[in-house]
Amino acid sequence: MPLDNVVFWVFAPISIGTAIAMVFQRNAVHAALFLIVNFFTIAVLYLVLDAPFLFAVQIIVYAGAIMVLFLFVIMLVGVDREESLVERLHWQRPGAIVLGLGLIAEVVAAVRAGIGFATKAPPHFDQLANKGGNPAALSRVLFRDYFFPFEVTSVLLIVAAIAAMVLAHRRRGITLAEREAEAVGGVDGSRTEPLA
Amino acid sequence: MRTPIAYFLVVSAALFAIGTVGVLVRRNALVIFMSIELQLNAVNLALVAFSRMHGDLTGQVLTFFSMVVAAAEVVVGLAIIVNVNRRRRTADVDDLNLLKW
Repeated sequence: MPLDNVVFWVFAPISIGTAIAMVFQRNAVHAALFLIVNFFTIAVLYLVLDAPFLFAVQIIVYAGAIMVLFLFVIMLVGVDREESLVERLHWQRPGAIVLGLGLIAEVVAAVRAGIGFATKAPPHFDQLANKGGNPAALSRVLFRDYFFPFEVTSVLLIVAAIAAMVLAHRRRGITLAEREAEAVGGVDGSRTEPLA
Repeated sequence: MRTPIAYFLVVSAALFAIGTVGVLVRRNALVIFMSIELQLNAVNLALVAFSRMHGDLTGQVLTFFSMVVAAAEVVVGLAIIVNVNRRRRTADVDDLNLLKW
């Protein structure tokens, strides 16, 4: 059994198992930790697919930055509140699972009809597409063919940063909900000036 | 590489479907958001698998762009969740019914 097969059969079940555990985990922090493990296994699958640069980016950006942001917000929002067990639509949970299984079946059928389960990737990817190393080859494609989209993403990131600052900024004039919350015990207890 | 490409696509489909079930079943806005991230990652995996199958790096570049967009989306989405939590003291999507009559 070749090595990439072994790696795939070790990490693909972990990936699916952690994804299922993430969805059915009641505690949001535990769900986030399962998702981090899942991102690591996806990174390893990138490595099997000869994409070492994306392997590194996946770990740094997803398992690192994005999940730290998630955990930070979970701590900020509060982890002690349990999810309510009141079902507004009693058929929603089984219905969602049935539809999910149907989605898997449909995609598997599409893959079977499209490329088949025997199609293997062409050999010598490292000598052809990844010539000179994956990051160098990737940067050639990125900066020659997709330079304008690359520049547009910088605008997107700046807009996202400004949007986060505007949205998370606490304004001087407080809202009705905050005034109500303050009446019953205070939002954060840090406001000292009198209400306008 | 001797693993058939279709296996990666099946894993990708399974992760996407699990993410879909998570979005439909869960009530916590943060967990719904994490499920959306899972779906994005499933699509990225399919893109990288197709890139490997065709011997073309364009799929990997598209995955790279997808990661950038996902990062921006997470920043804005989490800011919205923090803002909602500040106003309504909840992260439960069932409690956000101001637009209902």
